[in-house]
Amino acid sequence: MKTMEENKDLQTPAAAEPQKPADAAAPAAKPAAADKPAAAAKPAAARPQPKPEVPGENEIKPRLVELSALHDEMKRMRDEEKMDFLELITGVDWGEEGLGCVYNLWSTETGRREYVKAVCADRDAAFIPTVSDLWTIADIYEREVFDFYGIRFLGHKDMRRVFLREDWVGYPMRKDDKPEEQNPLNMENEVLSDTTVEYNRDADGRITETEHVVFAPDDYMVNIGPQHPSTHGVLHFRVALEGERIKKMDPKLGYIHRGIEKLNESYTYPQTLALTDRMDYLGAMQSRHALCMAIEKAASIEVSDRVQVVRTIMDELQRIDSHILFFSCLCQDMGATTAFLYGFRDREKVLDIFEETCGGRLILNYNMIGGLAADIHPNFQKRVKEFIPYMRKNLKEYYDIFINNVIARNRLIGVGRLSLEQVVSGGCTGPSGRASGWHNDVRKRQPYAAYGKVDFKEIVRTEGDSYARLLCRMDEIEQSLSIIEQLIDNIPEGPFQTKTKPIIKVPAGTYYSCVEGSRGEFGVYLESKGDKSPYRLHYRSTGLPLVWIMDTACRGELIADMMAINGTLDYVVPDIDR
Amino acid sequence: MAIRTKRPKIKNIPYEEFKDNETYEKLVAELNANGVNVVVKTLDDLFDWGRSNSLWPLTFATSCCGIEFMAVCAARYDIARFGFEVTRNSPRQADVILVNGTITHKMAPVLKRLYDQMADPKYVVAIGGCAVAGGPFTKSYHVVKGVDKIIPVDVYVPGCPPRPESFLYGMMQLQRIVKAENFFGTTNRKQKDPQTLSESLESIREVVDKQQEA
Ligand code: SF4
Repeated sequence: MKTMEENKDLQTPAAAEPQKPADAAAPAAKPAAADKPAAAAKPAAARPQPKPEVPGENEIKPRLVELSALHDEMKRMRDEEKMDFLELITGVDWGEEGLGCVYNLWSTETGRREYVKAVCADRDAAFIPTVSDLWTIADIYEREVFDFYGIRFLGHKDMRRVFLREDWVGYPMRKDDKPEEQNPLNMENEVLSDTTVEYNRDADGRITETEHVVFAPDDYMVNIGPQHPSTHGVLHFRVALEGERIKKMDPKLGYIHRGIEKLNESYTYPQTLALTDRMDYLGAMQSRHALCMAIEKAASIEVSDRVQVVRTIMDELQRIDSHILFFSCLCQDMGATTAFLYGFRDREKVLDIFEETCGGRLILNYNMIGGLAADIHPNFQKRVKEFIPYMRKNLKEYYDIFINNVIARNRLIGVGRLSLEQVVSGGCTGPSGRASGWHNDVRKRQPYAAYGKVDFKEIVRTEGDSYARLLCRMDEIEQSLSIIEQLIDNIPEGPFQTKTKPIIKVPAGTYYSCVEGSRGEFGVYLESKGDKSPYRLHYRSTGLPLVWIMDTACRGELIADMMAINGTLDYVVPDIDR
Repeated sequence: MAIRTKRPKIKNIPYEEFKDNETYEKLVAELNANGVNVVVKTLDDLFDWGRSNSLWPLTFATSCCGIEFMAVCAARYDIARFGFEVTRNSPRQADVILVNGTITHKMAPVLKRLYDQMADPKYVVAIGGCAVAGGPFTKSYHVVKGVDKIIPVDVYVPGCPPRPESFLYGMMQLQRIVKAENFFGTTNRKQKDPQTLSESLESIREVVDKQQEA
C-alpha cells in the first residue's frame, strides 16, 4: 500500500488532461476510485489458493536521483556495487511532473537489481546528464529517448534522431504531441546529415553546443540497406571503409518503426497482447509470455501449473524454431542455399505443431492474460515426442552440411570477435552474449514459469567470435529439446485459463518482468495509473543492443564478413524498431 | 476477336474456381477496348505464356510476412513449381515486387524509389494486411495505410500473415493478369511515358524563370 500512497503524487498530474490543469479535483478522485476494486480483488482472488502470492511481485520502486547527482551516483553503482549491466532506459512523460527516464540496472555478480529515476521538470528544455560514458548501450537507449521524448542528454556525443526521419516534427511519445497532424506522409527522400551535435552545460549553467563530424567528406562510404536481402529486415548501415576494412559504421533504424508503444497507450490490456507477436515474430511466444506475465503478476492473477508448463514448452519450441531459422538464414547469407532448405524442412515440423494448437504458423496469439487461448491439441504430446528424436537426428546433418564445412569455418572462426567487457557494457544478452562468456540466461538467473523445475545447462562459450555464436545456438537447440523432453509427459491437469474480470485493470504502480527470448532478454516495463490501459508500456528489445554492437564487432573486419557477423548476431528488425 | 475471350489456363485451377472473375473480365475488356491485331495477339500470347511462367520477384520484405515468403520459397511450398523462384536482389532485374510487410512513413520513399527503378512491364503484389491497408497498425502515426497509396497494386493477398497457399493463389491471379496483357505496344504502362524533350525544356524554363524572379 505504501507505494500506492507514494504514487498518488505522480498520478494527479498525469491523470489530468494536459490541457485542463484547472479541474484538478476530479482527476484526483479518479485514481483513488480505480485503486479500490483492484485492492479489493486481491484477497478474493487469493482465497481459493493455498498460498497467496505477494501482490504485484514484479513491482519496482525506482529511486529518484537528483539530476546534478545522477552521473556520479550511476558511476558509483557501476564501480562499487558492481552494477555492470544497464538493462534498459525507459523514457516516460509524467505530465506536469516533467519528462524523465527510468534506468534498470542488474548486477551479473550479485544478481541484485536497482531502479533509478531521473526527472526533468522543464518540458521545453529537458536536459539530463548522459551515462553513455559508463555503459556503451546507453548510447542508443538515450538516443531513443531523445527521439521519442525530446530529452537531450548532456555530454552525449551524438544527439541525432535514430528511429524517425531527421526532419520529423515533434516527439511522438509525449502525451501532448500530435504526430499525425505534424507529419503527413513525406515522399521526399530523407537527407542524412554528416554532422551531429553534443550538448553540455557550462559553468554558468548555460547550454553549449559542440558539433561533431560523423563522416568526413573524404571518407569512402558504402550504404548497405535499407533494402538489402541479408539484413533480416529493413535496416540501413552507413559504412566508412579503409580499403576493404570497415572503419566506422552508423546504423540507421526506424524503417519498420510501427509506433507500437504509442498504440499500446490507447489499447486495453488484452488488446496490447496482439502486437507483441508482430515485433519479434521468431520469439512470438516468448514476447507475449513476458507481457502476460507482467500483467498477471502486477494484477495478481494466478495462473495454473498447467499453463506454466505449456508456456515453457511453447517457449522452447519457439526457441528451436528461431535457432533453425537463424541457421538457415546464415547459410543463405553466406551462399549455402542447400543448407537453407534443410533448415526450413525441419522448421516446418515445429510450425505444424504450433498450427494444430494455436491455429497460426507465425503469428500465434496463444498466451492470454491468465492462461492460454485454447488448451493443447490432443495430438500435441504425440507430435512433440516424435519431433524430439527427429530433430536430434537432423541436427547432426547441420554439422555435416555447413558447420564443419571448411569454408564456413574459415569465414566464421576469429571473425567479429567481441570481448566479455564489450558484450556486458553493450547489453548483448542471449546467445550472442553467452558466446563471449557472459552468464546472462534469464531462465537461470531469475527462473519463471516452469524453468525452476527442469534441469538444463546454460550454454556459455568464451571465444566470442561468429563461430562461437553459431555453436552456442546449435547447443541451445539440444538443451531446449531436453527441457521439452522433461516436461512433455508431465503436463499437470488443470484449467488452461484462469477466470479474469471482464475488464482487466492493473493497480497503479511501475512493474518490470522479463523472459529469455530467442535472442536475448525480452523485458516489459509497465507503468499503470490503475486504468484499463497502460500509462506507459515499454519493451526491452532483444535486438537493439545487438545492432548497436555491430559497429564494435565489425571495425577492422572485411566488408565481405559483415554479413556473417550480422547473421550470427541474429536480430529481428521489427523488434528493434517496435 | 475470338482470340480475345480465350480464358487463361492456369495449371490445376479451373477458371471457374478463381474468385472474383468479374474484376478480371472487366480488366480484360478494358485492355482490349480498342480491338487487337490477330498477328500481334498471337505473338503476345506466346510472350505472355513465357512471362507469366517466369515472373522474377524482387526480394522485398520488411517484416513478419517476409518470413512466410521465405517459407514459400523453401522446400515444402516450393515456389519454383510456378517459376517464381528466381528472386532478384536488384530492382532492375525484377518483374514483380512483392510487398511483404508493413510500410512505414520512413520506408515509403524507399519503396517508391525501388518501384521506379524497376523496368516495365512491372507488377505489384501487396501481401498481408499491412501492405493491403495498414493491418493491425492502421491507427499508428508512422504506418502507411496500404501500399496502394504510394504505388499501383495489381493483386492483394490479405491475411496476417497470409498462409503460403493464399500466397501462391495470389501469384496465380497475377499470372492470369499477365496472360491477358498486350505485350507489344504500351497500353499496359501504369505510368505516363517519360517527358518529351519539349516538356523537359518547358519545366527547366519554369525553374529558371522562378529563380530569376527571386
Ligand atoms: S500483415 Fe501481419 S504478419 Fe504481415 S507484416 Fe503485417 S503484422 Fe506482420
